[in-house]
Amino acid sequence: MARETHGMVEKRGAGLWLTHVFMILGVLVIFFPIWLAFVASTVTQADIIRPPMPVWPGDQLWTNYKNALFSGINVPVGTMLFNSLVMAIGIAVGKIIISLLSAFAIVYFKFPGRNLFFWLIFLTLMLPVEVRIVPTYEVVAGFGMLNSYSGLIFPLIASATATFLFRQFFLTIPDELAEAARVDGARPMRFFWDIVVPMSRTNIAALFVILFIYGWNQYLWPLLITTDPEMNTIVMGIKQMFPSGDDFAHWPTIMATSILAMIPPVIVVVGMQRLFIRGLVDSEK
Amino acid sequence: MEKRVKFRGWMLPLLLIAPQVVVSAVFFFYPAGQAIWQSLFIPDPFGLSMQWVGLGNFEFLLSDRFYRASFVTTAIFSILVTLCSMIPALFLAVIADRLIKGSGVYRTLLIWPYAVAPAVAGVLWLFMFNTRVGVVSWYLGQLGYDWNHVLNGGEAMGLVVVASAWGRISYNFLFFFAALQAVPKSVIEAAAIDGAHFWRRFWTIVLPLLSPTTFFLLVVNIVYSFFETFGVIHTITAGGPQQTTTILVYKVYSDGFVSQDLGSSSAQSVILLIVVGLLTVLQFKFIEKRVHY
Repeated sequence: MARETHGMVEKRGAGLWLTHVFMILGVLVIFFPIWLAFVASTVTQADIIRPPMPVWPGDQLWTNYKNALFSGINVPVGTMLFNSLVMAIGIAVGKIIISLLSAFAIVYFKFPGRNLFFWLIFLTLMLPVEVRIVPTYEVVAGFGMLNSYSGLIFPLIASATATFLFRQFFLTIPDELAEAARVDGARPMRFFWDIVVPMSRTNIAALFVILFIYGWNQYLWPLLITTDPEMNTIVMGIKQMFPSGDDFAHWPTIMATSILAMIPPVIVVVGMQRLFIRGLVDSEK
Repeated sequence: MEKRVKFRGWMLPLLLIAPQVVVSAVFFFYPAGQAIWQSLFIPDPFGLSMQWVGLGNFEFLLSDRFYRASFVTTAIFSILVTLCSMIPALFLAVIADRLIKGSGVYRTLLIWPYAVAPAVAGVLWLFMFNTRVGVVSWYLGQLGYDWNHVLNGGEAMGLVVVASAWGRISYNFLFFFAALQAVPKSVIEAAAIDGAHFWRRFWTIVLPLLSPTTFFLLVVNIVYSFFETFGVIHTITAGGPQQTTTILVYKVYSDGFVSQDLGSSSAQSVILLIVVGLLTVLQFKFIEKRVHY
């Protein structure tokens, strides 16, 4: 450890090793449930229903995943994955578009009702879907949007957080740019496309990561409005794979589905870690 | 803060803001208004007409033993989830902060569970503690402890708490770690020169410096355990046994959709609305403090 330069409060030698040991233990404990799910997705049902199940992967990986993806239990998991993807991307892109537009209007224009609209958007923060489930369900049913992608996406698409984030960012764009655009006779939308949107691209990307996870992980809303298994999303569909009676659940398929359900958000979070952390910190501020 | 330069016109900005306002009105304000309105009525048994009862639904709710129990359950549940997710996260962040090399690798590994949906986390933990096939429950059985969260309310509560806290450890870790990295090293070194050992430095310097982050995380985690843990509870216990894990949000769902008791469910929505309102105000109070810090 002599190669490292230490401040005087950093640990050396045994202390450093102990730190690593604690850290590794922490990671192992936190990873254990995921590991177990992975192992369960690579063995046979017979291996699982005679506890204790093995702790190392078996040779059924291909069979179990193929079975889950293409046949599933109620509906092929491939279908549910597709539905989740449409929902998550729809929510993320939709929220970003409507928030960019409304933040642009609020920051760069003076118009009647501006403050009123601003407060209305702010108030939506206080109305999570969980507190308005029954009436929102009735609205969506009234529009005939049950079991549809628009029913999955639209009720979750308005976001005060994204609007505030963009508003905060727009306020830091130098006034000279807007001034120059106005002198050049550029129309507002031109300024929006050529200056504002390109300058916001890091914010847009960071927000996309957060909103994608948010959309992907939705549970209650898809549970309410998708009664047709063909429209189930993967996160809510797993619970539907459990038998209602006293039968054994088919654990290898269920666990393969759980692993499949976490792969896309994990790829997004780990792959875009920097953007993710930035988005997380910004959107919570 | 305001922009000096503004564009002229009022048609364009109204058009720009319209999508958000329309979506909010149709899917947020109208349903919320409906919830408030419906909370003042009870439907007749055939669902044909509504009878005005004023605050009757609320009176009934607040005197309902199960509803009051659900309040207590929610309080216990959210306190436990908040503690079980913040303490290990702080511990791991403190350790990671002491490492010069490798903390990035640990961070990458530790943020995984954040990406796992609460409902999926519920399935994973259910699998480990399943009464017939669960690995952990089997080993507990070998040790002579008969685990059965299907019948034992305390064990059911423990399981939903751990499953809900698990993914949040990642989230809290990221915030604690960022805050620790921002603590000026010079302050720590000065204390070390004065002979303060690690734990003393932690209690007297680092922890007070972390307090804005800690308050912020407290509020955010309480909000999380109130509203975003529905998936965990629905997959693991479905509110049971004997409603011991029925938190408020779960009760709105089960009374509104499973029992179709619209009046009561709407009144519960209104009460939740007030709770969210209070929590939002609290959140902003703390965030303001954070900004001034």
